[in-house]
Amino acid sequence: MDSLQTKRDRPWLMRTYSGHSSAKASNALYRTNLAKGQTGLSVAFDLPTQTGYDADSPLARGEVGKVGVPISHIEDMDQLFDQIPLDQMNTAMTINATAPWLLSLYIGLAQRRGIDATQLSGTTQNDIIKEYLSRGTYIFPPGPSMRLIADTINYTVKHVPKWNPTNICSYHLQEAGATPVQELAYALCTAMAVLDRVQASGEIKAGEFSPVVERISFFVNAGIRFVEECCKLRAFGEMWDELTLSRYKVEDSKLRRFRYGVQVNSLGLTEPQPENNVQRIVLEMLAVSLSKNARARAIQLPAWNEAMGLPRPWDQQWALRMQQVLAFETDLLEYGDILDGSPVIAAKVRQLVEGARKEIENVEAQGGIIAAIESGYIKRELVASHMQRLRAIESGELKIIGVNCFQETAESPLTLGSDGGIMKTNPAAEREQIERLQAHRKNRNAAEVQAALQGLDAAARSGENIMPSSIRCALAGVTTGEWGDSLRAVFGEFRPPTGIDIAIDSRAVLGKKDQVTELRVRVASTGEALGRPLKLLVGKPGLDGHSNGAEQVAVKARDVGFEVVYDGIRLTPQQIAQAAEEEGVHMVGLSILSGSHMELVESVLEELRRRDLAQLPVIAGGIIPQEDATKLAALGVSAVYTPKDFSFNTIMADMVDVIREANGLGRLGPLP
Amino acid sequence: MIQAQLPDPEQLAVRILRRERAAVASGLNLLDNKLAAARQRSARLLAALSGERALNDGHLIGVTGPPGAGKSSLVSAMIREWRLAGRTVGVLAVDPSSRPELGGGALLGDRIRIKNASYDEGLFIRSLANRNQLGGVATEVWPMSWLMLACFDIVVVETVGVGQTEIDIAEIGDTVCYVAQPASGDTIQYLKSGIIEIPDVFAVNKSDLGAPAQKTASEIGRSAPRQDRRDDWDYPVCLVSATMNTGIQQLHAHFDRHRSFLAAAGLLGKLRARHQSAWVVRVLKEEFGTFGIELVGGYAQIGRRLNETPSNQFEECEQLRQQIISRFKSSD
Repeated sequence: MDSLQTKRDRPWLMRTYSGHSSAKASNALYRTNLAKGQTGLSVAFDLPTQTGYDADSPLARGEVGKVGVPISHIEDMDQLFDQIPLDQMNTAMTINATAPWLLSLYIGLAQRRGIDATQLSGTTQNDIIKEYLSRGTYIFPPGPSMRLIADTINYTVKHVPKWNPTNICSYHLQEAGATPVQELAYALCTAMAVLDRVQASGEIKAGEFSPVVERISFFVNAGIRFVEECCKLRAFGEMWDELTLSRYKVEDSKLRRFRYGVQVNSLGLTEPQPENNVQRIVLEMLAVSLSKNARARAIQLPAWNEAMGLPRPWDQQWALRMQQVLAFETDLLEYGDILDGSPVIAAKVRQLVEGARKEIENVEAQGGIIAAIESGYIKRELVASHMQRLRAIESGELKIIGVNCFQETAESPLTLGSDGGIMKTNPAAEREQIERLQAHRKNRNAAEVQAALQGLDAAARSGENIMPSSIRCALAGVTTGEWGDSLRAVFGEFRPPTGIDIAIDSRAVLGKKDQVTELRVRVASTGEALGRPLKLLVGKPGLDGHSNGAEQVAVKARDVGFEVVYDGIRLTPQQIAQAAEEEGVHMVGLSILSGSHMELVESVLEELRRRDLAQLPVIAGGIIPQEDATKLAALGVSAVYTPKDFSFNTIMADMVDVIREANGLGRLGPLP
Repeated sequence: MIQAQLPDPEQLAVRILRRERAAVASGLNLLDNKLAAARQRSARLLAALSGERALNDGHLIGVTGPPGAGKSSLVSAMIREWRLAGRTVGVLAVDPSSRPELGGGALLGDRIRIKNASYDEGLFIRSLANRNQLGGVATEVWPMSWLMLACFDIVVVETVGVGQTEIDIAEIGDTVCYVAQPASGDTIQYLKSGIIEIPDVFAVNKSDLGAPAQKTASEIGRSAPRQDRRDDWDYPVCLVSATMNTGIQQLHAHFDRHRSFLAAAGLLGKLRARHQSAWVVRVLKEEFGTFGIELVGGYAQIGRRLNETPSNQFEECEQLRQQIISRFKSSD
């Protein structure tokens, strides 16, 4: 047994991205996960917390406790970390627009428990760029948002030195369709924008910038093409080393290391034959672990059933065990870098580096990443890449087992349980959180709250670092919504370009060519029969910002001849119904990925009825379990599309038929 | 089945004049409907909304300019100001369609850019695709503006100004506002081309850029008067910033001043009648060609007939259509 004597490397931090329903329920889950061998925490917050609203805000309806834990004030934070020693825990928080606030609650809680802030370690995601491009939980315009990021960096470098204040994310760019080259380029451009902003703030003395650069970490994705992905990570390391030396003059090579955490790809997980996701996840994990010199510092894996709904504790345990088997059973951690010296790997890395350099130059020539976002350039590039991927899946050029090939399957026992193989959130969670919040508002000292909020407002206006006044707010019992509202009043709110105005490339193949031609004929002739071209409203109700699906449907519908109204994200059901009325559309398509589809769709239908639009067909798309799809149909929804409906042509043909049926024309049936 | 769903035009007109939102929406759908039964009802609806009031009430403002000039954000800032002043606003936002061989679809993204965050009963936005019509602005825009004028204080038609579009917008708005982009040669090129009627008001957006905006403003100021078409109007150039929300009130003052100028000179009704005639001729020509126009006596004769009923040309248009159709049939 040689291996027993061999010195093994220390494994990476093992986490599971989790949180749901309430601080109390999430705390129980965290403590079970830690008992199972997890070595760090990764907190998922619900959408109201991520976008700075209280649980009782009208926009929060149906979203409280859905995609993560609701944290409205310091007592929630206290409950979330009940019996968890903050000075010994490594806590990652997926939080962005409200990152300074959640970090303030964490620091405030530590202070209350008598723990020195220098003992805290963990990460706030705190990368707004990818929120504009993909994830959608931004609040403020780019200027103030970048300032808030710089504030947290300036503050933590001085007062919470073990904290990673920002995690530059290429993760969500890949989810939005980015190629490896785009991922490299845009993530590094983002890092430059952040560091340049910190430098410009003047809070760091000249010659003391290296520790700031050292605190910048990354959050990366790994897809199924694991050889290329592994090369991408080696390319990242090379380029970061070079960039931090040349641009920021970091002399100590240890401070130039590319430190990253990873969650492997969710985009490629499938709803059909969901058990196949297990091998996908394992292979993707290899991409970030094989090469010692480009190995992740922290790994969190999705669960096999993510494309179906929320994972249960057992599903998360399975994901954790995959990491443990790789780290503790295999011999991976006994060797140095096993890819060093491979000419194949070196050539691939070189190719990626060169491509990324070119795209970085391109973005810099446009004035940097912020300018390229404001102009819509990057969003257009990503929407185009994503469209290309979907077209390749539809044409069969890109094979996805169980989806567009090898669809034959025995019934999976994994999904046969009474819960359908997914987690159910507590339906009472929203009400309970609101009650708790309202009780909290009564119990706190109103004068202290007022004073703290005034301090926050003054800091926001003067440009003084936002952290000290936010920590004071946390200790005074200010709520997440109050913090968000105060800053909204000073900074305003932002609506970024949607990227759907991409020019049609006539040479690109839109799925199967003859089907597209047929679809265009159907759309045009149905429009003629109804007297005017078919008009579709694509709406995203609620706080969920994952707009990729909605955008792809909008672009595809336009490609086959629909006139498409797309209003972007974060709309109330009332706004959607109003748009449907004003625009005179033939159909409303709703996209909801946060799990709030029941509440939100019902509200939209109700608002449509109030406007005499009860006859208007409504369709819904998203991560919607079969059981809910049946309920939605009973409410009057004409069709529900889920990730298993991968063929856009089929969806479009069905949409035309739904419109035809609603207007007394016969269905035309499936495409030839 | 479909026909049964068409609304009664006269009843609809009453509800539109009462400013019922559902009626406005339904009226716009009807005007967009090309089925024969719908066309006749459209004509009746427009006739019911016509009359002296239609030539004198409200203010129809066309906003155009090159892509990237920030038209939508400016329109958004303008709407905010109008709403604060208690004026109701209808918006027709026109976006390009893809070419017919590429499906002819369209992405209408303007609502995102011009919408105010909160729900507002006094604001109504309809987006339209230009449907590949030469000249850019869809034929539907004129009758739809007519309908909106019947129930909103201000009606804004927003188009992307590329190539020929401005020709059309000049045939629609009481007041045409050109939104210029600082430090770009587009505006000057456009003025120099001299082939078209120039806008009544210029808004140089992004004035927060400072010097480049001022430079563009003074260049326009120097070029505009040379194109003089209406002797007593001064063609103001206004520096605005949609993002900083500055200059909007001044811009509105120019709009109001231009409207007063037209009304005082007795031009407002004439202008609208002329725009209406231009529209009638255009739709007839589009549908029947020059041959069809000749069948009812040619352009001059059509012009005379329309002049006799300046306040209600839609009905006249429908009659001309019917005449052309019956002559087509009898010439078989």
